[in-house]
Amino acid sequence: MSVQTLAAGFQDNVLESQSVFRAAMDAMARPGRVVPLVCALAPPAPLNAEAAALVLALCDYETPLWLDARLAAEPAVAEFLRFHTGAAIVAEPMAARFALVAEPLEMPEFSAFAPGTPDYPDASVTLILQVSGFAGAGWALQGPGIKGETRFGAAPLPHDFTARMAANRALFPLGVDLLLAGAGGVVGLPRSVTVREG
Amino acid sequence: MTLTDKIPNETSALEGARQSLMAVLARADRDELAAILDRLGPVPPVTDLRQPETGLVMLRGRTGGEGAPFNLGEATVSRAAVRIASGEVGFCYRLGRDVHAARAAAILDALWQDGQRRGAVEAALAPVRARLAAEEGQVRSETAATKVDFFTLVRGED
Amino acid sequence: MYVAAKGGEKAIRHAHALLAKRRRGKTNLPSITLQQIAGQLTLAVDRVMAEGSLYDTELAALAVKQARGDLIEAIFLIRAFRTTLPRFGATIPLDTAQMLVRRRVSATYKDLPGGQLLGPTFDYTHRLLDTSLGVERECSEVDDQASAADASRLPSEPVAMPRVTDLLGQEGLIEASPEDTGEEPFDITRAPVSFPVDRSTRLQTLARGDEGYLLALGYSTQRGYARSHPFVGEIRFGDVEVMFEAPELGFAVSLGRVQVTECQMVNQFKGSAEVPPQFTRGYGLVFGQCERKAMSMALVERALRWKELGEEPGAPAQDEEFVLSHCDNVQATGFVEHLKLPHYVDFQAELDLVRRMRAEHEAQMKEAAE
Repeated sequence: MSVQTLAAGFQDNVLESQSVFRAAMDAMARPGRVVPLVCALAPPAPLNAEAAALVLALCDYETPLWLDARLAAEPAVAEFLRFHTGAAIVAEPMAARFALVAEPLEMPEFSAFAPGTPDYPDASVTLILQVSGFAGAGWALQGPGIKGETRFGAAPLPHDFTARMAANRALFPLGVDLLLAGAGGVVGLPRSVTVREG
Repeated sequence: MTLTDKIPNETSALEGARQSLMAVLARADRDELAAILDRLGPVPPVTDLRQPETGLVMLRGRTGGEGAPFNLGEATVSRAAVRIASGEVGFCYRLGRDVHAARAAAILDALWQDGQRRGAVEAALAPVRARLAAEEGQVRSETAATKVDFFTLVRGED
Repeated sequence: MYVAAKGGEKAIRHAHALLAKRRRGKTNLPSITLQQIAGQLTLAVDRVMAEGSLYDTELAALAVKQARGDLIEAIFLIRAFRTTLPRFGATIPLDTAQMLVRRRVSATYKDLPGGQLLGPTFDYTHRLLDTSLGVERECSEVDDQASAADASRLPSEPVAMPRVTDLLGQEGLIEASPEDTGEEPFDITRAPVSFPVDRSTRLQTLARGDEGYLLALGYSTQRGYARSHPFVGEIRFGDVEVMFEAPELGFAVSLGRVQVTECQMVNQFKGSAEVPPQFTRGYGLVFGQCERKAMSMALVERALRWKELGEEPGAPAQDEEFVLSHCDNVQATGFVEHLKLPHYVDFQAELDLVRRMRAEHEAQMKEAAE
């Protein structure tokens, strides 16, 4: 591996991990709300800084990580993530506890990833999707952590996003959780959220 | 129990030498490492590729000593990864919680990779190698003093 | 009705302050240092590392000090501490054949290659209290009549010390160890255990199990509960190198050395339809110098293999679920000791029930008398 050119990780591992963790937790607790995520990482392209910060804060040696085709095509991305987190990069989506997607439009079905088991619903994947922004008000969200209803928008997301989220909601308490990362923020869409068009 | 016994043949001699270096750096104490860095100075500017940190490794044993592995228990480990201004990257993983020692060892690993400095690093490290060898020798002879010499008593004829 | 009771903060605060004071003892005496604990109460420190399942002598010494010498409390502290650190990976399995041996004995072979090395052992001591240790002296406690001068003339070069089981194995007289298939061993600290379990899971559980508990179970196998005619094939204690393959390096590096005690228990086996008569084995491996624990572990490990070897079940030491579920002293102490915490509401319900039953009982008696 070309450690000679490796990009740096967090400057202060403890404090930065904590603040990113806090942002991810707030995002999961308040689905649809854009939680600011400030970080000074300069990860190798096409990995964005927000997604990189989430992976550095959440992943370790014991959380197998899957990369989508676009990220996997850049060896520097895997090297950067493996070096800073110790996570094994896996080729099989089902084996992953975290999956990092740079191109949500091209991503596999949610059912390709682990939804957990009835005894251990937590043995499921967290999907981290890179988005370019949270503009628009494309969807209405309901569920725990949302008072009444909230509106939410992000792009790019899979064309059949609503149908995917509905199928995922139907699996509850199993299912996948989503973190959308980009444009200085993170949005959480846990498996408990109900997503409607319009 | 020298490290070089464990290296597969195909591994380059350089890699073997670096393994031997890192084994000594892992066992040198903090003061020894600091003294060596002082002696080698001035050290080019150092960047931390990853903050020095303490964590755990799971130590494994083998069933029956030589069979299938099992998890024996964990140990504390400190690690560091640095890049020196001339470009070399040094690593250290060592038992214990001394991150300063780990960082110093990683810097020495980086300096050693610079062919121009290798000899100086090895020379500075020689006293540590000697100390470790002496300690090991002492354990061996102290233990040898407790070796049982059996006297076989011959009874009867033949 | 549920009445929440709150309070006791002040009492707890003062109790903790008092604990600290009692821990310190008389202040006209110097506080005991961690170096003294690690250097002079080594076997207590080793036990804390073994059952705390964390190799770090300095931390274990600190835990012993903080726990006022209560080793189970110290083990608890170590277990709690280890949860705060990230794991970097797993090492290459330790190679005990390459040990820097500090003690090595065999009860099966007198003249084994490398010899019988007694090392620092309590064996053959007279178990008479040495009152001279209670007297403050400068370094004169060391009995050097035999040591220093002699030792300097003895070999300090490495001597080959093959494991006894390897020697028996060459003749085919002892079963082989299960092969390394490359499969990752189960880790009880990461995934929930469900019975039955494989041998590697048993070994991990026993390695961190309570010494006293395993000693009692091991003893029971010798008293006829799952008798297995054990011999100590070999006990060795010493330093082994820890090798770790860091992904960013691409080759294995030495992290340093740890001390472990290994016990190979050799047991008679009558043979079966598929296997000729041969020796079987029980294995013990423990952090530090913990010989009693390594031996007990090997006895219990062997007893747990009854099914695989077609032996009669029924003894306590053979009951896998019972043995493994109760050998962890942190779990055990948590469960037993939680009984002293307030159970006022539970007990109130019991009290009401007993009063009601007594009233009913009284009414019945009265009715019967009438």
